[in-house]
Amino acid sequence: MADLKQTSLYQMHVDLGAKMVPFAGYAMPVQYPLGVMKEHLHCRAQAGLFDVSHMGQVVLRAKSGVLEDAALALEKLLPISVAGLKEDRQRYGFFTNDNGGIEDDLMVANRGDHLFLVVNAACKDADIAHLRAHLSDVCDIEVLQDRALLAIQGPASQAALERLAPAVADMRFMDVITVDILGAECFVSRSGYTGEDGYEISIPSHNAPDLAQALLAMDCVEPIGLGARDSLRLEAGLCLYGNDIDATTTPIEAGLSWGIQKIRRLGGLRAGGFIGADVILKQLDLGASRKRVGLSPEGRAPMRAGTPLFADMDSDQQIGTITSGGFGPSVQAPVSMGYVPAEHSEIGTQIFAELRGKRLPVKVVGLPFMPANFKR
Amino acid sequence: MTVKFTEEHEWLKPEGELVVVGITEHAAEALGEIVFVELPDAGTAVSKNEEIVVIESVKAASDILAPLDGEIVEVNGALIENPSLINEDAMEAAWFFKMKLNNASDMDTLLDESAYKALIA
Repeated sequence: MADLKQTSLYQMHVDLGAKMVPFAGYAMPVQYPLGVMKEHLHCRAQAGLFDVSHMGQVVLRAKSGVLEDAALALEKLLPISVAGLKEDRQRYGFFTNDNGGIEDDLMVANRGDHLFLVVNAACKDADIAHLRAHLSDVCDIEVLQDRALLAIQGPASQAALERLAPAVADMRFMDVITVDILGAECFVSRSGYTGEDGYEISIPSHNAPDLAQALLAMDCVEPIGLGARDSLRLEAGLCLYGNDIDATTTPIEAGLSWGIQKIRRLGGLRAGGFIGADVILKQLDLGASRKRVGLSPEGRAPMRAGTPLFADMDSDQQIGTITSGGFGPSVQAPVSMGYVPAEHSEIGTQIFAELRGKRLPVKVVGLPFMPANFKR
Repeated sequence: MTVKFTEEHEWLKPEGELVVVGITEHAAEALGEIVFVELPDAGTAVSKNEEIVVIESVKAASDILAPLDGEIVEVNGALIENPSLINEDAMEAAWFFKMKLNNASDMDTLLDESAYKALIA
């Protein structure tokens, strides 16, 4: 673990008794003494604190001083409406490639005089290079190296965080604000990766341990590791970049069409004009030949990423693959997601997964497995 | 007769002419919360180191190997219904199967408690 990077909360994780593992070049907590199952259930019942400081935080400013110039420039890389994003609002998006595949998924916020991007840890170097290559003539691109990112997620998140920052109580899902917390300037969004209400808090790294300790001192807050983060997002039907979406899956195949606003679609005012638009807009129009679906194994055996899928008990032809899967602690059953041909993607369709040499029945189900609990 | 252990973290307790087999508390703890168990059928002949039980925890799937040559005589159906029993009582209630050894003296090749404790120390 010697060559791994550490977040500003590394010592706290170790002191809390976390099991540390390598993740995207960082030493990160996979679980605390509470354990994956109880961490997961605690987050759904009360509130969980996550260290997500390994993620990339990037600021885009228009050289012209006009935010819309930066927004329009970024729209060349994302099929979403950035220019239509109102001040103090955030939106989900994805970088696309020439084949219509997804290079990374991210959050984009309009913070008044600049755009604020949060990107995946494993992709951040490539994302930053991509931004520099395409936007340097229009934008100043600043990578915030000295800020940590904490997430507090779960139904008690507001009650916990408003004790330190009363202003967060008035935020709606996907609102962003700048607020002072324990003397530190924080960028807070009401969003997350669990399907629960909650916040993500960008804070100067040297202030992060104080904030984390203040939250953990509250009875309703427990620290949550990467293990439960994965089962929480899986139950919420959210994609993990590198598993459920990657450079070979299009947003349409991935079921992320909702992320492409009308104005960027055929007939829209700013239709196309992003990398891979020809493939993506055509698929939006005609449909994709395969789709990401929820999969519910009929037995008790969890079916994990890589498990092959078949149309029936004895055909040789593999029709798809599970991209994420495991046991859902809240669902109390195994849950998976994967890609299947469109003709097998109807909810209720029975297909088969091959596990340890045996074909086991799996049902195509709607996502998410757990209904979202956002503050609209 | 005393309890014996394997390097694969199984325990074996003699019970009449059979041997009861489970996994140790240490193994159960390392696996994390167990959510699924697949057991062999009673009557199956097994060879040492053959994969005969599948355990899935919230983290990953693991195989349990046959500790010695013999025949599975009985399996603990309670584990199928309640896999978390393994986390709660690995050494007693959460036994996996009872087997009849081909050679009872094979037990002598396994670790005793102090040797196992040294292994996991």
